[in-house]
Amino acid sequence: MGLTYQSTGITSRENFNITCISNEPVIALAGNPNTGKSTLFNALTGLRQHTGNWPGKTVLQSKGTYIYNTRKYLVVDLPGTYSLLANSVEEEVARDFICFAKPEVTIVVVDSTCMERNLNMVLQVMEITSNVIVCLNLIDEARRKKIQIDTEKLSRTLGIPVIPTAARNKEGIEELMNTTNKLISGQIKPRPNLVKYDKKLEDAILHLESKIKPLLGDELSTRWIALRLLDRDTKLISALEDFYDKHKILEMSKEVMA
Amino acid sequence: MSSPIRQLLDEAAKSCPNQNEVRDNIVKSIYSSAENITSNTQYVEDKKSTDWSRKIDNILTSPIWGFPIMLALLTTVFWITIAGANVPSSMLATGLFWIEDRLTEVFMALNAPGWLRGFLVTGVYRSLAWVVSVMLPPMAIFFPIFTLLEDLGYLPRVAFNMDRFFKKAGAHGKQALTMSMGFGCNAAGIISCRIIESPRERLIAILTNNFVPCNGRFPILIALATIFIGGSVAASISSIIATLTVAGLVVFGITITLFISWLLSKTLLKGVPSSFTLELPPYRKPKIGEVIVRSILDRTIFVLTRAMIIAAPAGGIVWIMANTMVGDTSLLAAFASWLNPFAQLMGMDGFILTAFILGLPANEIVFPILIMSYISGSGMLELSSLEALRHLLVDENGWTWLTALCTMVFALCHWPCGTTLYTIQKEQHSWYWTFLAIAIPTAVGIVTCMIINLLAKGFGLV
Amino acid sequence: MKGSITLDTVPSNTFALITSINADGPTRRRLLDLGLVPGTRVEVLQRSPMGDPVAYNIRGAVIALRKEESSQVQTSR
Repeated sequence: MGLTYQSTGITSRENFNITCISNEPVIALAGNPNTGKSTLFNALTGLRQHTGNWPGKTVLQSKGTYIYNTRKYLVVDLPGTYSLLANSVEEEVARDFICFAKPEVTIVVVDSTCMERNLNMVLQVMEITSNVIVCLNLIDEARRKKIQIDTEKLSRTLGIPVIPTAARNKEGIEELMNTTNKLISGQIKPRPNLVKYDKKLEDAILHLESKIKPLLGDELSTRWIALRLLDRDTKLISALEDFYDKHKILEMSKEVMA
Repeated sequence: MSSPIRQLLDEAAKSCPNQNEVRDNIVKSIYSSAENITSNTQYVEDKKSTDWSRKIDNILTSPIWGFPIMLALLTTVFWITIAGANVPSSMLATGLFWIEDRLTEVFMALNAPGWLRGFLVTGVYRSLAWVVSVMLPPMAIFFPIFTLLEDLGYLPRVAFNMDRFFKKAGAHGKQALTMSMGFGCNAAGIISCRIIESPRERLIAILTNNFVPCNGRFPILIALATIFIGGSVAASISSIIATLTVAGLVVFGITITLFISWLLSKTLLKGVPSSFTLELPPYRKPKIGEVIVRSILDRTIFVLTRAMIIAAPAGGIVWIMANTMVGDTSLLAAFASWLNPFAQLMGMDGFILTAFILGLPANEIVFPILIMSYISGSGMLELSSLEALRHLLVDENGWTWLTALCTMVFALCHWPCGTTLYTIQKEQHSWYWTFLAIAIPTAVGIVTCMIINLLAKGFGLV
Repeated sequence: MKGSITLDTVPSNTFALITSINADGPTRRRLLDLGLVPGTRVEVLQRSPMGDPVAYNIRGAVIALRKEESSQVQTSR
């Protein structure tokens, strides 16, 4: 299925062309372009699909499945983006999917040879959801370039699992599947350490959060929404209005039932 | 009344009125966090390790070597394809036409009616045999080499080198990437135009993608260049001359692309170039085995299957057209002779133009259709080699190098195939742009062919 | 400011420190998102054969920018 994005009503998985078989967990792959994201997708799902080495190659959203410990997982390969802040279509698709389709786990694929740039994306995803795993891909390249990464410390600093992989050689894939499984079953509970902004901004966030909660409930990250409001992100705001309408109807029907 | 969300937005605007400041703050904090975390968890042992990517880039994008290397690579890829495809092509043709003879014998032995044998063997089977023997070898060579270049990371460098030209044409540098995809398949090229952010520049890229010869048209260029241009010089250099001809045509296509892009950005699609950022990722060692498997399975087989699915019924239909008599000529010949005066102005003949028109579903079948329509009008029963093809075209149907050149130019510049048109319509949801995607290349093709024809005949070159 | 020039005029194979972005709207967002935040040290790499665009090493990734964008980035040496 092509990446047919419409900016109308994005509140459920159906809108993302995902037909969910009950209790089949959804795993999203996010990350910068050229991090071997599509190679990882192939390594996970075994789908034969071409992965070029140039920006924007994943213009078609790919989906696949894998089975681990007799359980089936649905993997969605999101478009490769540098950030989730700007207004490109790819960024919107990736962001709205993580925010509104609420995948059970979002794996952020990181190029180990270029970690600083890629962590930018990890930190942004962590603001949207806490169910994040960092996949330090191309770890073999990093070794070759004599770059060492203390994955333990990185995991502690970020507050989320970090798994080194070399998707080209299937290294670390098993471990990644295992960690994903543990996160879904609740054996691992990520506690992301979020970016702290300056005092003025933090005060504004706190103030807004207190107003967002009664409106939208706990389903979405209130801190992230506060940030987007302060950033005046108009596209997200219209998506939020849709969400709010549906949320309100849901709340009302609950009241009626009670 | 504004929605509660809008009210929240107003509140946010009140507490932090300077939007740029907020944005700067957010991005700065995120980046400095990333910087801190990285410096605390990453150790680079040997900072002086050679940066190969940079060294290679200094050559591949240098003012002196950048363009020569690009042209040399392009030509080399074509040369390997042309030189390498020759032998397997003729072997395949020999084998497949041997089978045709056996099939004919089987039909004869079964006392099958003549029309059934004609429809199935001369129509359907022969078209399939031509599609396979003309298309498979070049594709099986071209796709893996091209995928290799793609996996190495060379294509973004092409975009980097070429961007200035595209900027001058009011287009986007990434158009070089979508054009590269077009070499494989124009429909894929059109889809890849999504990587261009600005709608204006994306449309330019979509409308001009057809000036890159896809794999369906590539074999026409190769076959004609080999027979007519390569065949007119000594055998030792014939494949090199054929290669240079094909490379020249591709460069012509690129020039036309830039010219039409410029024209569009000055007329229908006015505007200033939007912001441009392009990553030059590090070069990576491709996995040769994976490249071959993927390019053969995903691309070659895919394109060939599509061609065969269309060629089989088309071959049958053309056979019927060639054998349905209207008065004392066949339907096909009548149609061709009706088109002939116009086609002659373009340096071609009515049959060639008919083949292009009937080839709308897929360019791969243009050549098989042409051969079939020629054969049905001649006494020839068999066609099993390029030499026989040369005989058919030159001796039986009066082709000259001019006919070949005009056919090649028209193959490069005419309406996109049905699949590509369908894709354009789906991407743009507009009949207007789809119509322009037909009109622009067709007009370019007609005009160019007429000019070539007039000049060649005017100077008495033919 | 002494030594303050825009990124497009910084010579190849030298470093520049980003001081501010002079653009607004989407261009500003885009440049910031690429990592061109004030305080970042950027290395100017090769120019394209025609002189424009120019490749920069921005926080570990090589990114090419046209003059139109790089001239909106203020730097100090």
